[in-house]
Amino acid sequence: MAKTVLPFGPQHPVLPEPLHLTLAIEDEIVKEAIPKLGYVHRGLEKLAEIRDHNQMIYIVERVCGICSCMHALCYCQGIEALMGLEVPERARYLRTIWSEMHRIHSHLLWLGLFADAFGFESLFMQFWRIRERVMDLQEETAGNRVILSVNQVGGVRRDITAESAQWILETLKLAEKELLQLKSTILDDTTVKLRTVGKGVLTKEKAYELGAAGPTLRASGVAQDMRQTGYAAYSELDFAPIVETDGDCYARTVVRFKEALQAIDLIRQCFAKIPQGELSVKPKGLPTGEVVSRVEQPRGEVLYYLRGSGKKFLERVRIRTPTFANIPPLLDMLPGCDLADVPVLILTIDPCISCTER
Amino acid sequence: MIDSAVVVTEENTAEIRPDEVITQSRALKDEGFRFVTMSSAELAESVCVLYHFDKDLEIRNLRVDVPKGSKIGSIATVYSCAFLVENEIKEHFGVDFDGIPLDFQGMMYNDEEVQRTPFCNIGIKRV
Repeated sequence: MAKTVLPFGPQHPVLPEPLHLTLAIEDEIVKEAIPKLGYVHRGLEKLAEIRDHNQMIYIVERVCGICSCMHALCYCQGIEALMGLEVPERARYLRTIWSEMHRIHSHLLWLGLFADAFGFESLFMQFWRIRERVMDLQEETAGNRVILSVNQVGGVRRDITAESAQWILETLKLAEKELLQLKSTILDDTTVKLRTVGKGVLTKEKAYELGAAGPTLRASGVAQDMRQTGYAAYSELDFAPIVETDGDCYARTVVRFKEALQAIDLIRQCFAKIPQGELSVKPKGLPTGEVVSRVEQPRGEVLYYLRGSGKKFLERVRIRTPTFANIPPLLDMLPGCDLADVPVLILTIDPCISCTER
Repeated sequence: MIDSAVVVTEENTAEIRPDEVITQSRALKDEGFRFVTMSSAELAESVCVLYHFDKDLEIRNLRVDVPKGSKIGSIATVYSCAFLVENEIKEHFGVDFDGIPLDFQGMMYNDEEVQRTPFCNIGIKRV
């Protein structure tokens, strides 16, 4: 049978993000996939030429709506390394708390969208209902539901009061209980397993070789998570990466589900250990030199390369987002799968094209 | 503890010639390094390309200064996933990577009417 070339995206009923693939199919089996980017390219890196290094914090927060605070954390961490700044301990804990809130809401958003992708709409609504609790926590503590502008060079802008901390812990307890109630549905349901088990397998060797990141990498058996480096307050917390070994769509779902629960535990640990103290130190001087800064976003490792020459404006801000790293592994997973499974496979790398195209 | 923000120094970065990039990348792959990504910045007469690798979370860089308008070998023959970022740098900085398996010819993000590389003041060579 002759191959048929099928454009997939950028607008597709199932895809929440405008990813564009050109699929070569034969008898409804994918033979080849070629990506096409650029649909929402914004040129944010270029803005570093006309925005100084402090203004760039607001720009990088807008690279992604899901992990805004973690982009700013990665950027600030890089500038702090260039300027030799030691961030106060309380600020490191607060950065960790907000980062883990991001991880919970991102994974719950994904779990809902994933359920919707294979037609389980009630499950979609249940995950998003729980997610709303976390969005409320973000709004209460950072002033915004989505773009959390809490990081600054040298620390954080906001504090979390003891009363807020108590309310956060109570809300998370409720969210955890509700999430555990959904565990058997998302992980044990026959219809869910039929769409995920054995689909889109990425072997451990391939995941490593193709530079996969985040849950996509860990679901293939590679225990790599940037939080192991101990940035922010992770060095003070009891943390080990969540790893699955099957490398299929189901394994990637399990990793994200467990990471959402783990994030709740990490926030609890933070509140048990957070010390009183300053929120930031005042930066002196201007960034000089080159730095590579990495943190673990919900979708995986993000990398910032910053180059300063002792001026207000950085010479270069380069951002490599986790979805960008996960596109080559996706292209490896797609050949051989049914056309009907393509949306499910794409979703399991949790694509964020807003991030990818910057 | 490993730093997650690593200042680029001589200890973690090897300066190499453009013609060494494939052999050096292959040597790192043989040592078990994972390809993370590449970064680039415009210098006066050249484009600085940094290749980032990691192993057990520790970052290692290769730095290559590519004279503007000249070619450099694609490491996609060693790390196949590098084709995407090589296309990006080609499009943004005009660095011509020789032998990219999937070459978007400077049109991965940009449309055909875009005739200049946004980060580097030289034109895109379209075939």
